[in-house]
Amino acid sequence: MSISLITFYLFSAILLLSSLMVISTKNPVHSVLFLILAFLNAAGIFVILHAEFLAMILIIVYVGAVAVLFLFVVMMLDFKTSLEKDNILKYMPIGLLIGLVFIAELVIVLINTRLDLSNIQILSNPLDNFSDQSNTEAIGSILYTNYVLYFQLSGVILLVAMVGSIVLTLRDREGVKRQIVSEQVDRKGKIELVDVKSGEGIDI
Amino acid sequence: MNGLQSNFFELITIIFYCILIFVPLLVGVVLALYADRKIWAAVQKRRGPNVVGPFGLFQVPADGLKFIFKEIILPDSADKTVFLIAPIITLALSIAAWAVIPVQAGVVLANINVGILYIFAISSLGVYGILMAGWASNSKYPFFGALRSAAQMVSYEVSIGFVIVTVLMCVGSLNLSEIVLAQKNIWFFIPLFPMFIVFFISALAETNRPPFDLPEAESELVAGYQTEYSGMPFVLFLFGEYINILLMCAMTTILFLGGWLPPIDVYPLNAIPGFVWFILKVTLVFYMFAMVKAFVPRYRYDQLMRLGWKVFLPLSLLAVVLTSSILFFFKLAPGMS
Repeated sequence: MSISLITFYLFSAILLLSSLMVISTKNPVHSVLFLILAFLNAAGIFVILHAEFLAMILIIVYVGAVAVLFLFVVMMLDFKTSLEKDNILKYMPIGLLIGLVFIAELVIVLINTRLDLSNIQILSNPLDNFSDQSNTEAIGSILYTNYVLYFQLSGVILLVAMVGSIVLTLRDREGVKRQIVSEQVDRKGKIELVDVKSGEGIDI
Repeated sequence: MNGLQSNFFELITIIFYCILIFVPLLVGVVLALYADRKIWAAVQKRRGPNVVGPFGLFQVPADGLKFIFKEIILPDSADKTVFLIAPIITLALSIAAWAVIPVQAGVVLANINVGILYIFAISSLGVYGILMAGWASNSKYPFFGALRSAAQMVSYEVSIGFVIVTVLMCVGSLNLSEIVLAQKNIWFFIPLFPMFIVFFISALAETNRPPFDLPEAESELVAGYQTEYSGMPFVLFLFGEYINILLMCAMTTILFLGGWLPPIDVYPLNAIPGFVWFILKVTLVFYMFAMVKAFVPRYRYDQLMRLGWKVFLPLSLLAVVLTSSILFFFKLAPGMS
């Protein structure tokens, strides 16, 4: 039993438990926190597979950005109206259906790849002509050459999504006072120096 | 059996190295807290802490003792588990990032290939301690503080990320030791000077330092997300915050000031061991942090967001494009010549 095997079982046990807790805790904020724990453990498993670049990107993108926004929204909700028991029963069939589809997909993948432990090296490092490079370089040299079109395409799709969400939420409101910094900082023509005779004062 | 035994010894050495990082870090935090107060006082023509111990050096340990013996108050309506986990997460994450910081050639606990991404990932997790603290306190001001802080840290992380990308393009590696070694000829703060400034200011915002300490702006939010904390959990937050500040100083040193390298590679200077240069440079950057705290007034929240999204983001994006174009057309990029 090597240390990496022990850590693998540790990570996957916590991963499974925390993903179970995501759907079983009553408090939505706790759900999101358990989801974050699940992400972190998935990243840990990536590290064991020597896919450290993917692990770090998983943490930076999902935990550092996406889950923060999740947490942000969930925290501001009034969660006292939490799920009632009949509500859970109502959503049970569709949840089971989606779960079944996922399990079926996993089974199909597992049958087709003949997963055994000697295969793991090959699975985690399928491109043997990149074996002397770090996996950051390997991903880069594959992504920006063979798949550059798909890469650009997904970038454009993300851009469209971003522009779309801005367009949907942007609206002109009347009576909004905006700060115009240049005007605020600019002092020309806005200050007048006046010599005042004592006892007379000036008109403004 | 033999394999397990060697694994065990490996574990022991790792724990030993961890202590070797942790103890100097704690001393560093104590000194940083002291220096912060002294510099602040000197700018305002006060004396600062000068009663406990020689030159008031024992003020911070004395404060620490006081906090340890204070009662930990758990608010009645707080979510107690999350309330207590939050400071632990903040401290643990801030220490965890130090595992990859090289203080001298080859002296680093984990010399991993994606060191800079690791630090970026860990520091992007730091926001959770604050968010959890603010939410679990179940009180208005901590919640506002947490929301402000989360928005602020996420915004400035973007520009920090782009600044790191510009540095990485000049280095060609994500390994922190190689980033330092790439500065053998010229420290990056000279060719990338605008990015150095952007990184420094973003680091101030990322660590909630003044002038960007809106999450704990005492004139508006009492103490922000720390309002309900007392005793030991409060100390954990304080230490986590200062270790994060030191981490950002170390990052500035590694990315722009040449890490453990001496200013010029001549005899009396390169005989001094590297970690001395490293500590000197971190101290210099921390001095700048402390001076900024002393003489810059606090930003308003909308000004902070404007600076992050409308100034730093376009600026750092432009820098990424410019740097990559220059590196490409003049064939300066690593591996191109």
